[in-house]
Amino acid sequence: MPETVKTYTKKDFTSDQSVRWCPGCGDYAILAQTQKVFPDLGVNKEKFVFISGIGCSSRFPYYMNTYGFHTIHGRAPAIASGVKLANPDLSVWVVTGDGDGLSIGGNHTIHLLRRNLNINVMLFNNRIYGLTKGQYSPTSEVGKITKSTPMGSLDRPFNPLTVALGSGATFVSRTIDKETKHMQSMIKRSHDHKGTSFMEIYQNCNIFNDGAFLAQTDRDQKAETVLILENGQPMLFGNEKNKGVRLDGNKPVIVDIGDKWSVDDVLVHDESDYVIASLLSNMSYQTDFPDPIGVLYAVESETYEETMVAQINEAIKKKPKGSIQEIINSGDTWVVK
Amino acid sequence: MGKKTEQVEEVVIRFAGDSGDGMQLTGGRFTETTAILGNDLSTLPDFPAEIRAPAGSLAGVSAFQIKFSSKDIHTPGDKPDVLVAMNPAALKVHQQDINPGGTIICNSNAFTPKNLKFAGYETNPLEDKTLDDYYTLYSIEMSKMVSLANEDLEISSKIIDRTKNFFALGLLFWIYDRPLESTKKWLGVKFAKKPEIVEANIRALDAGYNYGETTEIFTTRYKVDKADLPAGTYRNVVGNYALSMGLAAAAERSKLGLFYGGYPITPASDILHTLSAWKHLGIKTFQAEDEIAGITSVLGAAFTGDLGITATSGPGIALKGEAMGLAVMAELPIVIINVQRGGPSTGLPTKTEQSDLMQAMYGRNGEAPVPVLASATPGDCFFAAYEACRIAVKYMTPVVLLTDGYLANGSEPWQVPKVADLPDFDVTFADESNLADGQFLSYSRDKKTLARPWAIPGTPGLEHRIGGIETEDLTGNVSYDPDNHHYMVETRAKKVATIVNEIEPTKIFGSKSGDLLILSWGGTKGACRSATEALKAEGKKVGHLHLRWINPFPKDLGEKLIKFKNILIPEINHGQLIKLIRAEFLVDAQGLNQVRGKPITSADIQEASNKLIG
Repeated sequence: MPETVKTYTKKDFTSDQSVRWCPGCGDYAILAQTQKVFPDLGVNKEKFVFISGIGCSSRFPYYMNTYGFHTIHGRAPAIASGVKLANPDLSVWVVTGDGDGLSIGGNHTIHLLRRNLNINVMLFNNRIYGLTKGQYSPTSEVGKITKSTPMGSLDRPFNPLTVALGSGATFVSRTIDKETKHMQSMIKRSHDHKGTSFMEIYQNCNIFNDGAFLAQTDRDQKAETVLILENGQPMLFGNEKNKGVRLDGNKPVIVDIGDKWSVDDVLVHDESDYVIASLLSNMSYQTDFPDPIGVLYAVESETYEETMVAQINEAIKKKPKGSIQEIINSGDTWVVK
Repeated sequence: MGKKTEQVEEVVIRFAGDSGDGMQLTGGRFTETTAILGNDLSTLPDFPAEIRAPAGSLAGVSAFQIKFSSKDIHTPGDKPDVLVAMNPAALKVHQQDINPGGTIICNSNAFTPKNLKFAGYETNPLEDKTLDDYYTLYSIEMSKMVSLANEDLEISSKIIDRTKNFFALGLLFWIYDRPLESTKKWLGVKFAKKPEIVEANIRALDAGYNYGETTEIFTTRYKVDKADLPAGTYRNVVGNYALSMGLAAAAERSKLGLFYGGYPITPASDILHTLSAWKHLGIKTFQAEDEIAGITSVLGAAFTGDLGITATSGPGIALKGEAMGLAVMAELPIVIINVQRGGPSTGLPTKTEQSDLMQAMYGRNGEAPVPVLASATPGDCFFAAYEACRIAVKYMTPVVLLTDGYLANGSEPWQVPKVADLPDFDVTFADESNLADGQFLSYSRDKKTLARPWAIPGTPGLEHRIGGIETEDLTGNVSYDPDNHHYMVETRAKKVATIVNEIEPTKIFGSKSGDLLILSWGGTKGACRSATEALKAEGKKVGHLHLRWINPFPKDLGEKLIKFKNILIPEINHGQLIKLIRAEFLVDAQGLNQVRGKPITSADIQEASNKLIG
């Protein structure tokens, strides 16, 4: 018998703890959208678990009135895996950042994605280390001047979505802290996806990296710099929706819709197409291309916990669930009288 | 002339050969058969870290030692009476260990110029008479013999040559009067799909046995009577296997799900392998991407209400340290098993050591006390594992269980326990009845144990957050308050100290006061017991006290220690328990410290004891 789902409001998901992010931080918007969307997910509150590592974003669980565990740096995906495997019935959410999830915890992130546990990852990407007060992160652009890189950072940045795709993720999306409606729909899509969902959220750190995503959030610019993906729809952007992504051979190019090219020449988004997702994921950090937001990739695949439970059931079928006593008694035994 | 039979009390045999010669398997079969005959026994496998070092090289020598006896014994023996050496390298490595007057049995076909040179022999020791003054040497053409026995079989000569270990086994079975049936049955099961391999090995086994029976070379058989063990049903058990059974028994009695997360590492991997094969018990095993994910996945599972277990060796513990600190802070029940090996760094992966005691006690940042206990024998790993799980859950704390490479791979006869007879292990998860005025206090405590409630996700009304930041007493909220931090540090320490109430009063073997107390922990128990027995037989006033719990120490330990003039602490490390004992009890204990990757012998302990008490 399906259990009755209780009705909730945003308030039910708001904990009694005062939120302690810096005023103006992008994290507030993400928290607000999450609390707003969660009542609509059709899951009883006690089944939600938020797991985080270390960093500004990782304070998130304290503010959600659900089960939560604020753990250690980078390890949230592994802890979340243990939670999910102990009770596959829970709705498990990992909140992490570009340092936590891609630097110190990069290994756990990629392995969670390849295993495809039904866990939702929200990666707040502000391209900076906020909690440690402003060192560059693995997503900071080359040449970033910070306290630890006074002459500019040397290393090339990770592209989180490319990393996720390369790790075998079955769901890859991006949204932006200021795009509240869009974020709500992405949270819902993450929740609905069976398997690991990976959601990158462009998040402004107004203290140490203010305006990192100004081009993508500024009212006057964003139409030209952001490509909003919709499954089955041509990839159009621009103030007048007059620009499109066209494939020239296997290379994406930006074309103007008009005399030479029409909408029919523009690439149509297909969430199940890995090659398209891969092309899109690589558009970040390239000034000639818009940053795609939305669901880049979504495919169905068996989850780790499903196959784990299936193996256990198969083993029990073959050898009825017995007692350890039988194993203790087995082997060559002898009796001393 | 007929063959005579001589009665002996105990025998130590060492099988040694190339890594590819199947010495562990040969030793294993000899052990199983000896166990069924009712001798007491103790074994010590000793193998190289390299999977297959170059054939015939000194680095590639693998050995297996067994001591069996008609008496109660505690160690795999100091020096072998019999060495079976399958090639020159095996002889070279082990010859010096053999008791003078002992026996050496060699496969002479392997003593080729190439192998001799590889082992560093200038002349063939089987022919140059250098061994004859000290040992009885049997030089036998084992390879040739198995080749003849199997010449009509349609299998390659290479495969036939691999059966020579069964020839050696058959010969030893004849010498020590053991039956072949159980080994034949075992071969049939092991190679069920390859009947020709079964046949070839059985022929080799028979050939070895008959060689002893019919040739004139061997004139004497030896008989070792059954040991006088307490009545009951027995089996032979290897430490890591016993430990795995203990974990499964804990899950069964507590009715908790068992979640094991770990990363392969020598010598702990067999625990992962064993538990992975018991899926029909509902056991979940998770081979994580690294040591850190091993323990953190376990922590997540423990948060969610499973019995969380991870096992590793010293290098893995180094990686798990931060997560162990989180377990202390979050007060979640997990068991961390360290199957100790030689260190530091990669050290001696396949050799035994006791050098991670301080790491277990103090290897974390901050004041992070963790209960620490250690197994004493291979069979004891079962009970220690059960105890570790029970305490972890009862006190809501991570627990460290120390074993070592010797215990993990060694074996002994084991009286089969009844799971129903194990100590009670009841678990109650928190529910809505834990609410106080509608509020759930995640860091309220049980008055007796100081354990906090175990409130697992999925329980309505108890939604709460925990974490690695200092928590406020009662509410579990984040707190930077100085007094609260001081109080919580003290409380966590007090909780671990409270476990002292679970520890049985200490028992001293031998004299309860007098000249010398031998104090041990972990796998050195057997050698200390043997040494004490020998010293007592010499009329000395010596006692032996073995510690199962190192943190906390038993309540009565201090009063026991001061009853002796001298205290000797043998350890396979550079002196670790001794520092704790001196610091805690201000006694002038002396150490016997050896770090050779091998168990300390009872002879060494006797010698050190005699030096102290004259």
